Amino acid sequence: MSAPTHTAPGEADSTVEQTAPKPTTMTAALNQALRDELAADPDVVIFGEDVGPLGGVFRITDRLQAEFGDDRVWDSPLAEAGIIGTAIGMAMYGMRPVVEMQFDAFSFPAFEQIVSHLAKERNRTKGRLSMPIVVRIPCAGGIGGVEHHSDSSEAYWIHTPGLTVVTPSNPADAYSMLREAIRSDDPVIFMEPKSRYWSKDTLSLPVQTAPMTKASVVQEGSDVTLLSYGPTVKTALEAARLGEGEGLSVEVIDLRSLSPFDDETVSASVRKTSRAAVIHEAAQFGGYGAEVAARVTERNFFHLSAPVLRITGFDIPFPSPKLEEFHLPTAERVLAALDTWEWEV
Amino acid sequence: MSVHIERNEAPVLPQATPLTLINDTGHAVAGDGTGGFELPEPEILKSLYRRMVVARRFDTQVTALTRQGRLATYPSALGQEACEIGSVMALRTSDWLFPTYRDTIALLTRGISPADILEAFRGDWHSGYDPKAHRTAPAATPLATQALHAVGLGTAARLKGDNTVALTFLGDGATSEGDAHEAFNFAAVWQAPVIFMVQNNQFAISVPLKKQTHARMLADKAVGYGMPGYRVDGNDAAAVYAVVSAAVERARSGHGPTLIEGLTYRIEAHTNSDDPSRYRSNDDVLAWKARDPIERLEKYLVSQNLLSEDDRSAIAAEAESLAGDIRDAMNAEVEIDPLSLFDHVYAEPRPALLEQRQFLADELSASEDKS
Repeated sequence: MSAPTHTAPGEADSTVEQTAPKPTTMTAALNQALRDELAADPDVVIFGEDVGPLGGVFRITDRLQAEFGDDRVWDSPLAEAGIIGTAIGMAMYGMRPVVEMQFDAFSFPAFEQIVSHLAKERNRTKGRLSMPIVVRIPCAGGIGGVEHHSDSSEAYWIHTPGLTVVTPSNPADAYSMLREAIRSDDPVIFMEPKSRYWSKDTLSLPVQTAPMTKASVVQEGSDVTLLSYGPTVKTALEAARLGEGEGLSVEVIDLRSLSPFDDETVSASVRKTSRAAVIHEAAQFGGYGAEVAARVTERNFFHLSAPVLRITGFDIPFPSPKLEEFHLPTAERVLAALDTWEWEV
Repeated sequence: MSVHIERNEAPVLPQATPLTLINDTGHAVAGDGTGGFELPEPEILKSLYRRMVVARRFDTQVTALTRQGRLATYPSALGQEACEIGSVMALRTSDWLFPTYRDTIALLTRGISPADILEAFRGDWHSGYDPKAHRTAPAATPLATQALHAVGLGTAARLKGDNTVALTFLGDGATSEGDAHEAFNFAAVWQAPVIFMVQNNQFAISVPLKKQTHARMLADKAVGYGMPGYRVDGNDAAAVYAVVSAAVERARSGHGPTLIEGLTYRIEAHTNSDDPSRYRSNDDVLAWKARDPIERLEKYLVSQNLLSEDDRSAIAAEAESLAGDIRDAMNAEVEIDPLSLFDHVYAEPRPALLEQRQFLADELSASEDKS
């Protein structure tokens, strides 16, 4: 996790009172971030499927409609293109919508609105229109979800110029990055790793971590750099612990921002360790790891002792719940991959 | 204020016979045929006529320049002047318009300069005008996507306590798209102040209406969503203006969306790359030319002594002056800075994009050194 500095984002934050430190889940942190932004800015609105009285299927919007009214938080008809499309019109009129896609694969009906309009309105109008919209997407697997509930869609979004794509891996970042995303004048795809929703940190909110476009070194090491994000940060940390038992010093980076990519932090680490591997749940072919490997290699080729590896899900449709454990990358699989390198220099 | 308003009236069922106020022969329709709509005031009719004449000159001039290679492409709206201008004239300047690529003459009626309208078709930039200054969204190319933006904007205006109305144009083909369905449904559920003006010009590029829908008529689509639907003679500017004005008034006073089907015809090809002789007969084109929206209003105005020879020469002069402006603007060589490629992608400049910008800058200065 990025080091919390215990200050609130922005200066117009007098509405937010510091809480005493307590165990806080990622869902509670996200919920509080939404609450604090609704209070700080009357132009922030939240809508999507089931975000009202139910509080979202993951309870991220719990009680927000009761507290802020159905002009600020409301249930939309069940239609993802409609949710993104109407949010775009609201942004044209000065609002800052935060919308929910409920599950990764449910965002696909909205693909055209996101890539053809949300991402492009600033550019096509020479900067005259801003799209300060946050698209919250509960993402990835590991919770035993049925078909269409566990996909990883990041490669589609990062391939689209105009979008910022970020994903927190812990409650402190979830709070801080979501508030920053809502304040961004660019559209942000905010990917929330479902398998980390119930992870806890002891936190005082509000908390401000590193800027959301920066990667963070979550564990220092000298032999290899593991590049992880969202759900795989936990996997990388487990691999580091296992590796330590084998005498391997592992540096773990949480990328946090998938687009833009923090070349500076990553290259500094890779030049130190001379080896890098990227871990993600999504299929390997044409995936985000391919971009990371190419980018790291292009910038650091003469500092590398071995090719950049990818430890990913298989190139298959996301499997059914009873088989997902065989698909998702594990710490053991990470270490086995590292063993394929020639370690003697 | 709430996005949720209870239904307070039964939807109006559309009539199959299109509403007409001035018929093909230039005569005012009297009696029951007018569906309770009244002929607009003479000043409005004259203004509709003047704007249609000027718009047609715009269209013919731009088509000519496209044939000369001055524009990359141009989707003509010739024949659809009544739908376009009758609709836009019913809006206040504070209302918003959500156009498609074919609605250039609607943009002209919004007061946007020809050079700004044509910037996209010339290939200089994707959208040339300031949407906020003209309360006009960038023209949408994917079909029906902009209808959702109109619903969002209208809803936002209502939540902020403004009585702004949004009007979006759709074609007959666009009604088959999923986004049209979602827009109609969201607008009705949220009772958004939106007018869906469906310009049924009979063809989606080459596909005729009967292969587009099995519905009796496009206006019928309104019923299933719980909003009023109207079918209007889209070549009758007076009727279009009257029906859209009523829908705008309805939306402004908080009674939600309306769907209007304007029956019209695209006289020219889909764009300059299209060959309409492959999919429609010349007889059809001639039949629709006989129902020309400008000629019929002109006949009416002349018959009522509302249009003098002086008026006509003044309008012709205005149209010619506009055509000259268009020629000047399109014939002028505009220098586009290649480095502007990197502008306006993000609010905050990104280091990786700045690197790519520098790469192009170096490449450009190297090629300058060579020449």
